[in-house]
Amino acid sequence: MSLDTATVRRVAALARIRLPEDEVARVQGELNGILGWIEQLQAVNTDGVEPMAGGTPEGIAAMPLREDVVTDGGQAAKVLANAPDREGEYFGVPKVVE
Amino acid sequence: MHPTDFTLAGAVAALEEGAISAEELTRAHVDAMEALNPRLNAFITITPERALSAARASDAKRARGEAGPLEGIPLAIKDLFCTEGVQTTAGSKILEGFIPPYESTVTSQLKRDGAVFLGKANLDEFAMGSSNLTSAYGGVTNPWSRRNDPDVRLVPGGSSGGSAAAVAARMALGATGTDTGGSIRQPAAFCGIAGIKPTYGRCSRFGIVAFASSLDQAGPFARTVEDCAILLRSMAGFDPKDSTSADRPVPDFARACTRSVKGLRIGVPKEYRLDGTPPEIERLWRQGLDWLREAGAEIVDITLPHTKYALPTYYIVAPAEASSNLARYDGVRFGLRVAEKDSDLRDLYERTREAGFGQEVRRRIMIGTYVLSAGYYDAYYLKAQKVRALIARDFTQAFAGVDAIVTPATPSAAFAEGENADDPIKMYLNDVFTVTANLAGLPGLAVPAGLDGQGLPLGLQVIGRPFDEETVFAVGAALERAAGFDALPAIRAGA
Repeated sequence: MSLDTATVRRVAALARIRLPEDEVARVQGELNGILGWIEQLQAVNTDGVEPMAGGTPEGIAAMPLREDVVTDGGQAAKVLANAPDREGEYFGVPKVVE
Repeated sequence: MHPTDFTLAGAVAALEEGAISAEELTRAHVDAMEALNPRLNAFITITPERALSAARASDAKRARGEAGPLEGIPLAIKDLFCTEGVQTTAGSKILEGFIPPYESTVTSQLKRDGAVFLGKANLDEFAMGSSNLTSAYGGVTNPWSRRNDPDVRLVPGGSSGGSAAAVAARMALGATGTDTGGSIRQPAAFCGIAGIKPTYGRCSRFGIVAFASSLDQAGPFARTVEDCAILLRSMAGFDPKDSTSADRPVPDFARACTRSVKGLRIGVPKEYRLDGTPPEIERLWRQGLDWLREAGAEIVDITLPHTKYALPTYYIVAPAEASSNLARYDGVRFGLRVAEKDSDLRDLYERTREAGFGQEVRRRIMIGTYVLSAGYYDAYYLKAQKVRALIARDFTQAFAGVDAIVTPATPSAAFAEGENADDPIKMYLNDVFTVTANLAGLPGLAVPAGLDGQGLPLGLQVIGRPFDEETVFAVGAALERAAGFDALPAIRAGA
């Protein structure tokens, strides 16, 4: 399957990555190269195979459950310490509501 | 003997005997780092003052009889581990200036056991690469060079290229790395040192900048197999902060290094004989198997039939998980923000991520976004998860008849900057022997075993059953003893 330029622009928009017009063709070529290469998986018969969803090896017990309780919190200063923009105890962003 | 020539185990013994102080040991490594890092660029951030003050505190702890198992041992920390109060960049511009307010579990356990941190080691951006050339902070020079072409700068491998170069050049006694498709084992092989990716779940991922969560595992680098075993014992263990971390006891891995391999069955997968593999690597592989046979192991041919689908599977699963994990870099809560005066929120996101991510990272996020998008999820992502299950099943079936598997670590020795750069897939093929262990969640160790015709190190890989790092260490140590690898890189402390 080959991506057209409209799909390349749509994928960039979904990924929230600005894609200047003069780069669309290059990115299209790269993505199609990779997608063409991974296409070979379609040749594998996977009928009846359960997908492997995590990294835990076969035969090892899955993730444990824990009590649904608060274990952390009350650290606004630390949470905000690396914010590029803040106002009081809030992250600052451009105006989103007119 | 120069203090940078110690093995990690040797340094522990010398500190215990009082033959050297932690401050002297750290000072020697700080001097080496300050002398060599301008040439090698193995560290993004160096913290000599912190290291020396930690070393002095270590000496005081030892004097009080409270020395931990790694007391006073200077290490390099891959700049993917969050370190409280010390910049953590993940090799990306988007995290430049990010000062974590917390410590990763792995590094906090190393500190608990007395380790001294020298600085934050360079890496491919977000650990995406096999050359260290995708780092926003510049590439790393491999301390080794070609005999006939000593001026050509070689890459240290990646993504943990700075960690491997720092240990090989004797700026650190050991280092942390992470391995998502080969990012510990490939640079270890390229730099002539040992490195292990343990079983998925052995080390906590808490506080490690996430790339592909179902594949990422932390592990150590060191110049000997035993030194890796010592470090892994401190790094491993259950952590309630990582739901995939395994609640099982951590064995004394160093002890396993002395175990005999007599009677062990060693599998040799026929699918790892690839066209185009240099004859020197084929020869070294056969040599390694001969060494193990001489040590009493039985060599068994095995088959892992889905091997050739491992890399394409990886290049769906890893970018998919990366596109999700890297969605957090939005220019709002931490890291870089790029906006125009009239930018709305969406424009802020898009400009920040365009400017903050390098080309390879943007490429992988877009691949991941596409394979997860409506209408393509089943054809790509679900299909890859199913093939991944088949790859894991291949190993389960093989391990019914063998105790460990031995393969080459990499399909080539270290390459030069610029080689493999024209086509992303060519670069991806570097991980052909290592990526299967990540997909199946298995432990894999790279051991330096010989040199190629240009005098560059080549490694062998030992893959083991889940949570059986002990057998992996036993086989790795047997290979190491037989190989007697004592070659040294041209660029190193004390040279």
